[in-house]
Amino acid sequence: MKKAGLIITAIMLVLALVGAFWTPYSYTAVSYDRLQGPSAKHVLGTDNFGRDILSRIMKGMGTTMSIAFLTVAIGAFLGTLIGAVTGYYGGWVDRILMRFNDAVTAFPTFLLALLIVSIVGPGSKYSVVIALSLVFIPGFARVMRSEYAFLANRNFVISARLMGAGDARIMFRYLLPNTTRTLLPALTIGFNNAVLAEAGLSFLGIGVSPPDASLGYMLSESQSLIVSAPWYVLSVGLAIVLLVFGVGLIGEGSKADA
Amino acid sequence: MSLLFRYNSRMTKKVGFIAFVVLCLVFALAGCSKNTSESNSNESVVAIGIAQDFDSLDPHHMQAAGTKEILFNMFEGLVKPTSDGDIVPAVASQVTKSDDGLVYTFTLRDNVKFHDGKAVTAKDVLYSFNRRMDGKDSAAKLASLSVVKSVEANDNKIIITLSQPSNEFLAAVMNVYIIPEGYGNQESFPIGTGPYRFSKRVFQDSLELVRFDEYWGEQGKTDKFVFRILESSDALVLALQSGAVDVVSHLTSDQTKQLDTNKFDILTGSMNLVQALYLNNAVKPFDNILVRQALCYAVDRKAVIDLAFDGYGIILGTSMFPSFSKYYVDELTNYYQYNPQKAKDLLKEAGYPNGFSMTITVPSNYTPHVNTATVIAEMLRQVGIDASIQLVDWGTWLEEVYTKRNYQSTVTGVSSDNMTARKLLERFGSTVGNNFTNYSNSQYDQILQKALNEAEDSVQTELYKDLERNLTENAANVYIQDMADLVAVKKDIKGLTFYPLYVLDISTIYREK
Repeated sequence: MKKAGLIITAIMLVLALVGAFWTPYSYTAVSYDRLQGPSAKHVLGTDNFGRDILSRIMKGMGTTMSIAFLTVAIGAFLGTLIGAVTGYYGGWVDRILMRFNDAVTAFPTFLLALLIVSIVGPGSKYSVVIALSLVFIPGFARVMRSEYAFLANRNFVISARLMGAGDARIMFRYLLPNTTRTLLPALTIGFNNAVLAEAGLSFLGIGVSPPDASLGYMLSESQSLIVSAPWYVLSVGLAIVLLVFGVGLIGEGSKADA
Repeated sequence: MSLLFRYNSRMTKKVGFIAFVVLCLVFALAGCSKNTSESNSNESVVAIGIAQDFDSLDPHHMQAAGTKEILFNMFEGLVKPTSDGDIVPAVASQVTKSDDGLVYTFTLRDNVKFHDGKAVTAKDVLYSFNRRMDGKDSAAKLASLSVVKSVEANDNKIIITLSQPSNEFLAAVMNVYIIPEGYGNQESFPIGTGPYRFSKRVFQDSLELVRFDEYWGEQGKTDKFVFRILESSDALVLALQSGAVDVVSHLTSDQTKQLDTNKFDILTGSMNLVQALYLNNAVKPFDNILVRQALCYAVDRKAVIDLAFDGYGIILGTSMFPSFSKYYVDELTNYYQYNPQKAKDLLKEAGYPNGFSMTITVPSNYTPHVNTATVIAEMLRQVGIDASIQLVDWGTWLEEVYTKRNYQSTVTGVSSDNMTARKLLERFGSTVGNNFTNYSNSQYDQILQKALNEAEDSVQTELYKDLERNLTENAANVYIQDMADLVAVKKDIKGLTFYPLYVLDISTIYREK
């Protein structure tokens, strides 16, 4: 299962990496070959501006993956930090931070992201990253807190403390490696949720700006052409599904290993 | 994100329930409306789909363009517009102007009747003017009447004195719809003098108008019109396909593509607005005329219309559109022919041999403008200009671009909401408050001043044309098109005419037998 996931993800990653440097056509080049079905010339057809869909998917895959990666990295880093402090120390630190965490979680995720994007200003890759990573922090914090609370009073922690190890050293040198069975699946699920959330935000028109491509933005562009150019929405949708499916399989596989 | 899904599933259940209740109601309502509307089979009926409900049926209170568009058929002023862009006498039979342009005399037409059968008198006219001027009813006050010094009635003559000559005055009179003196029920049962009279309104559902048989002018060709309110754009298309409505205006080309061309005609009018890549003439590099001209040569306007608008649209070359035929200078349309090489040469001459970077700020809720910007950015890339698109919400656009003029370039459409060229051209005067492009040209200011003070219409028209030439020659903006207004009508519906105003004249529409 993990192997299949790795293969699919590798293909997607290669596509995105190649897309960053080379695409069959310029991903912004408009032409009079509008709304053409898949052919030898345009493997996945063209969109309403006559742009090559394959080129845009290759480019958009990179945008979407980098947004998802950055989002998860920031969200997981800060979430782990909060989770470690609250889980390890407990007491009033735990209570205050976790109630705050609950308050943030109480907002519907999407609404919160929309709110943040409208404050930061829409239309750029970075505002999406900021919005989504802030939204993702509480989830990671909660998961990591329970791991840390579970491990905090184990014998190896007590012996480390007796040997004079500082709190920071215990938290990140000794405890962190023991949380991987939870952290890894959380990361992959987080990545997938970020891909879908980016698609959602761009679908609502507050993601990346044209003529940039991202999978979510392309999906929203293709919705009005669902009758006249079904290949457009299908190929973009398939790209999103494969990306999420591949990473999802890796996550499931690593959970099974652990 | 699991939270999102949980939230959604709960929402779905709720939405599903609401949808069920609404559906039940819709069927119940559909049942009753059917019984009433098909009572008389000899009556000719045309159904028109519209996208929004009416904000007010009182002609002095209505604000929404979509309301004015329809109520145009129920109400008239002393004068009214024609489809050619002229202003002709309506409730008045004759209009004379004194030589100094300060006194207008309107002679009331004989036999003009209100929808309740009473004759229109000078008192009604005075009442209508006062209601729009005295400010007792603040919602009815019309700012464009501020030049009026006095309104007096003498037998069947209405004499209006102005404080200064104004060629826009008649356009303002057009909006003083004549209503019966002291009638307090305009909102629930409107009464006017137009070719169609009110019959029935169901809030958020429909409005029915029937022909007014005692109309002074040419009679309407159809007995009854039903305006059905369908607030989602998908619902409008579905209603056309199912036969529930016969006519829908303001469609996108994507929507028209879903219609069967054997059953529907797609008519093309124009939106009567000047869509352009508006440039902030005060910031670098657009303070340089060579750069602006280079942009004009770099943009292939026909390709913009073909690629982003399926070929629907009228190419423009200046701040005026052809439906204002009186003012439109045709030869300006192709003053700049698409020529990327010339654009590159001009850029080199201006000191930008390698191009430059620029930002196009576009309101994100206007898909046509976003699409236009997308295609233009690609064309500019061909001549070495790196144009990036910045999407902002409408509020931000109004504040940052339109009000504070804190932008480089933008794509938008500028319209004239009354029948005068002034609105379109006055905004480029260097000291004018809504000159959001910061266009500053001393010659333009001089001609504009002359034009605004000119009382003779034909001289003023020539001056307006000079202003258009000035804008084009100095490449004030990259003018693109007057966007198309697509109307889908069933094959058997004929007689629809377009106006240079946002109105739908139903009096000429009929169903072919």
